[in-house]
Amino acid sequence: MNIVVLVKQVPDSGSERRLDPSDNTVARATADNVINEMDEYAIEEALTVKEAAGGEVTVLTVGPDTATDAIRKALSMGADKAVHVSDPAIHGACAVQTSAILAAALGRLDYDLVLCGAESTDGQVSVMPALLAERLGIAQLSGARKLTVQGSVVRVERQTDGGFWQLEASLPAIVSTWDTINEPRYPSFKGIMAAKKKPVQTLTLADLGIEASAVGLGTATSQVLDFAGRPPKGQGVKVSDEGDGADKLVDYLVSQKIV
Amino acid sequence: MAQVLVPVEFDPAGTGVRKTTLEALTAARALGEPAAVVLGAPGAAAGVRDILAEYGAGTVYVAESPDLEDYLVAPKAEVLARLVAEKSPAAVVIPSSPEGKEIAGRLAIKTGSGFLTDVTEIAGDGTATQVAFAGSTVVHARVTVGTPIYTLRGNSVTPEPAPAAAVEETVPVAVSDAAKATRVTDRVVEQKSSRPELTEASIVVSGGRGVASAENFSLIQALADSLRAAVGASRAAVDSGFYPHTFQVGQTGKTVSPQLYIAVGISGAIQHRAGMQTSKTIVAINKDPEAPIFELADFGVVGDLNTVVPAATQQITAAAS
Ligand SMILES: Cc1cc2nc3c(=O)[nH]c(=O)nc-3n(C[C@H](O)[C@H](O)[C@H](O)COP(=O)(O)OP(=O)(O)OC[C@H]3O[C@@H](n4cnc5c(N)ncnc54)[C@H](O)[C@@H]3O)c2cc1C
Ligand SMILES: Nc1ncnc2c1ncn2[C@@H]1O[C@H](COP(=O)(O)O)[C@@H](O)[C@H]1O
Repeated sequence: MNIVVLVKQVPDSGSERRLDPSDNTVARATADNVINEMDEYAIEEALTVKEAAGGEVTVLTVGPDTATDAIRKALSMGADKAVHVSDPAIHGACAVQTSAILAAALGRLDYDLVLCGAESTDGQVSVMPALLAERLGIAQLSGARKLTVQGSVVRVERQTDGGFWQLEASLPAIVSTWDTINEPRYPSFKGIMAAKKKPVQTLTLADLGIEASAVGLGTATSQVLDFAGRPPKGQGVKVSDEGDGADKLVDYLVSQKIV
Repeated sequence: MAQVLVPVEFDPAGTGVRKTTLEALTAARALGEPAAVVLGAPGAAAGVRDILAEYGAGTVYVAESPDLEDYLVAPKAEVLARLVAEKSPAAVVIPSSPEGKEIAGRLAIKTGSGFLTDVTEIAGDGTATQVAFAGSTVVHARVTVGTPIYTLRGNSVTPEPAPAAAVEETVPVAVSDAAKATRVTDRVVEQKSSRPELTEASIVVSGGRGVASAENFSLIQALADSLRAAVGASRAAVDSGFYPHTFQVGQTGKTVSPQLYIAVGISGAIQHRAGMQTSKTIVAINKDPEAPIFELADFGVVGDLNTVVPAATQQITAAAS
């Protein structure tokens, strides 16, 4: 069972994130960059499947040179090797273009199963599995809270409003995982040391046969025109409960015509 | 006037359309004449034509086949792509559910178009408004290639009736084998609730770690019921087992944008804000006067939720009767 896990590096959602006013792209150079937290669940799931079925886990990322930190994290958790697509021309790529790059890189790898996070916290679009399934012509089982592989059949519980859908497909397939699927392991000291020796292959757009002009800010399928901080909310009212907190709250709701 | 395709989202109970569909029909009018697209099992269109007419659908394209129900997403995108090729619509506006976004993505690849997800507003010139980074940044963006595809975030547009003809046109469904890769073998409902759906409710009452136990969440439920509100929870409350995961609000949970959001025993971490920051009015109840949630709150009560919440519930119930 050969598994590829898609990992993205994103600005830490717990620190301040901004767009770069010079070209309206995510300010990655100045950000506090971390592995997309949701992707850790995909890595954990890949390692669990490998432990049961054997095979190899390859990490694949499209991102700037700094994304090696995210790769190291995945390798220190236990992934076997990594492929890093990095090229200055990718700067400002839209999701449609990123999916073309990921699909081209996947085309060079030998995989039965592709795993990815349910969403990236900087874009929050949750579309990558659909885009890749469409491009690669493989099955899409997105939004998994449970995954089982039996022979060449993959089954997933897709988390939905108020329940789940049971999905089934033949391999090869792409599965995205929610944070309800498992508890990601922490890298052990041994894992961290071992990760330093694991192979990381770096590819450019030319290596993948993609024209530099076909991707990036200039030809993106959507474009940010402008952005602004949300206008700060006017200072709200804050009252201390001196036995009358509920009264004041209800008065407020009445004044807002809610009660 | 050019058409704007609006795929219909049915409510999970199967009794009608979700409010998000009416919002999408309303938003679509900025760009052209809304044309609803029913993608469902045989008979799906029959019960919803009237409401689609009421909210402005000049045309209702009816694509009905078991294949649209039995397989995940791909068949719907295939039918839509054929409609886009045939009708050359000005745009496609899709409710921003997980399935809606996945349809948008596949449609973008099939039609060679760009797409924008989770938009809160669409202007007549096609410019869309999006909210980024946990609500801290407002972005204006546009699609530069192909037929613009938008997914519309729930509760960001108020549905407004605009009666139209809703002329039905049957669309033949021929689904390729490739689109039948993922079979949906079962649909399981785990939580049936008489409360409004979280993402559609006009009032949401959420509890956090401060609620302290699953039993004590009855305080949150009682306050919600007195206001006919939905119940939400922070991730800490969900992780502690106080309330089920489906009700989590935030970055990795649901995004809500109600008229009123009441945060009880929630500190206001950035990842929680990501799911509720665009609420019209925010009320917080927290015993820590320094809790960051107060920075967002229009009205805050510094106090113990165990005394404030039951007293408020009682007064609201009394006022309503
Ligand atoms: C990648 C990522 C994604 C995340 N996604 C989400 C998400 O989707 N949703 C989410 O909510 N969080 C999310 N989190 C977690 C988030 O960072 C916070 O840990 C979480 O929101 C805290 O929940 P809380 O406010 O209930 O708990 P706490 O931060 O522990 O706050 C509890 C509050 O209750 C108050 N309190 C305690 N007792 C009482 C009382 N008797 N009366 C009144 N007030 C009381 C305390 O003063 C405190 O302010 C995510 C984190 C990460 C890293
Ligand atoms: N540039 C990228 N490189 C590698 N994986 C990615 C990239 N962008 C998105 N992904 C994967 O796709 C998932 C969903 O991302 P998104 O559709 O952007 O919300 C993420 O959790 C990642 O696993």
